[in-house]
Amino acid sequence: MTMDSRQIIFGIDSFGDLPQNEDGKLMTQAQAIRQVVTEGILADNLGLDVIALGEHHRSEYAISSPETVLAGIATQTKKITLASGVTVLSSDDPVRVYERFATLDALSNGRAEVVLGRGSFTESFPLYGYDLSDYNLLFEEKIELFTKLLTEKAVTWSGKTRAALTDVEVYPKTERGRLAARIAVGGSPESVVRAARYGFPITLAIISGSPKRFVSYVELYRKAAQKFATQAFPIGIHSHGVIAESDEEAVDLAWKHIRKSFVRIGKERGWRPMGKAQFEKEVKNGSIYAGAPETVAQRLAATIKQLDAGRFELAYGAGELPVQARLKTIELYATKVVPRVKELLAKE
Amino acid sequence: MTTTIGILGAGKLGTVLAQLTTAAGYHVLIAGSGHVAKIQLTVEVLIPAAVPTTIAEVCHQADIVILALPLSKYQTLSPAALAGKLVIDAMNYWWETDGNREDLTNTHYSSSEQVARYFHKSHVVKALNHMGYHDLFDEPRLQGQPGRKAIAIAGDEEKYVEETVKLVDRLGFDPVRAGSLADSGKMEPGSAVFGANVTKKELKKLLTDFSKTKYGQ
Repeated sequence: MTMDSRQIIFGIDSFGDLPQNEDGKLMTQAQAIRQVVTEGILADNLGLDVIALGEHHRSEYAISSPETVLAGIATQTKKITLASGVTVLSSDDPVRVYERFATLDALSNGRAEVVLGRGSFTESFPLYGYDLSDYNLLFEEKIELFTKLLTEKAVTWSGKTRAALTDVEVYPKTERGRLAARIAVGGSPESVVRAARYGFPITLAIISGSPKRFVSYVELYRKAAQKFATQAFPIGIHSHGVIAESDEEAVDLAWKHIRKSFVRIGKERGWRPMGKAQFEKEVKNGSIYAGAPETVAQRLAATIKQLDAGRFELAYGAGELPVQARLKTIELYATKVVPRVKELLAKE
Repeated sequence: MTTTIGILGAGKLGTVLAQLTTAAGYHVLIAGSGHVAKIQLTVEVLIPAAVPTTIAEVCHQADIVILALPLSKYQTLSPAALAGKLVIDAMNYWWETDGNREDLTNTHYSSSEQVARYFHKSHVVKALNHMGYHDLFDEPRLQGQPGRKAIAIAGDEEKYVEETVKLVDRLGFDPVRAGSLADSGKMEPGSAVFGANVTKKELKKLLTDFSKTKYGQ
């Protein structure tokens, strides 16, 4: 099912990383949140399709409540889809998640999208009083309940992780009759199969290594959907990148900021810092899209084609990428990269 | 006769190791933590040449068993079922999965020494733990090919270390001996080797430099 390149969806993703301002100083978390709102408005003006904001509970990321920031963007934009990326469903309450995103959907005239996941971090578990040893049970039960809530009909559910519901209506109802929802997965085959079982579209978070490794995951998703007689939707991809006027400038920014954020997170998990060779491999044919517009467009077109994807989201501001570089990345992505990727794919 | 490799754990690492071992021509069995049906489709699509089965069957049929399950779960396996076999420990302590475990974080013993003590009738060798699964997938190269990456191997019994050396080579990596199981702490998370996707020469240097680091003292 090869996509019509004109229909491929392009978006930008942020976790609310704290950028450096013009003076090289780190923004406060409050400023960083307002910066994301500015960027959401810019993305809408430039015609990008989606902005997705991820929930974190860490000092380097300002966004812990994506839907609140999205609501801020909602009332100042017209067309852009307002997505989370992700909402950590395991440590949240499915009823409240539905309520918050249905509210966002109302504010934005039907542009809300909830992207559910288990999250690549685990801070939310102790924060909200959940036990990490229930990791699988929590997600499994909550996705089951959330799937029922998405029908917007009276819900009856019982399980171990939350109070039972008997024939309960949850409000507000959406005008579309169904909230847009996806599941983001980080490469656990079990998660891919589960998303297909519940009939959700998936976004693959491809953070390192060659995208080629995921070709078989796409096939797994489609075969699983077939097996469970659910619909297989076009695949979404989320990866990091930075775009500048020249390759040198972009690669330099990626080294200083994307790599730095990887090193910082990796250190907590005992990984040695990413070396020069490893970084260069990621830029050349791995999962860091850094370069001038033509370079990034060529690489993106190849990845999208390889995975037969219907959606690509660029995580654009990792590390402390200065504000100007963030805005430049969004501008070049929207005005040069996206049209060029569509052109390259249409030629095929 | 084709050697049968058994992989315990069908997560990210287990599936990549099954992809590598099938590509290298081994007969491969793989088991996850639940029912076989749970991993059937995954194995069919991701590792078509491997056979999904139960943990008991993997233990029974495999000549070599690779542990690719969360470290906190190894005691759910039966030591008797793995008696006499080469057991390759590819596990790492990961607090987010394993919880905060004092027994797994002490600096007196490497995690593989504890694993070896538990599987006391098996021949435990530490290997395939320090390279990220995406790099393991991307990097296999033929012997002598430029830029071939290296995998550290630690064990107490030469015969089984040698067997692991051959396996690692056949999977597409340069084997590098890293000493005994007591020395395998220098391949664990937090060490300079953990996450290393480097050539033999560089890996040897990282292993040698270990004693000079703060963590190594």
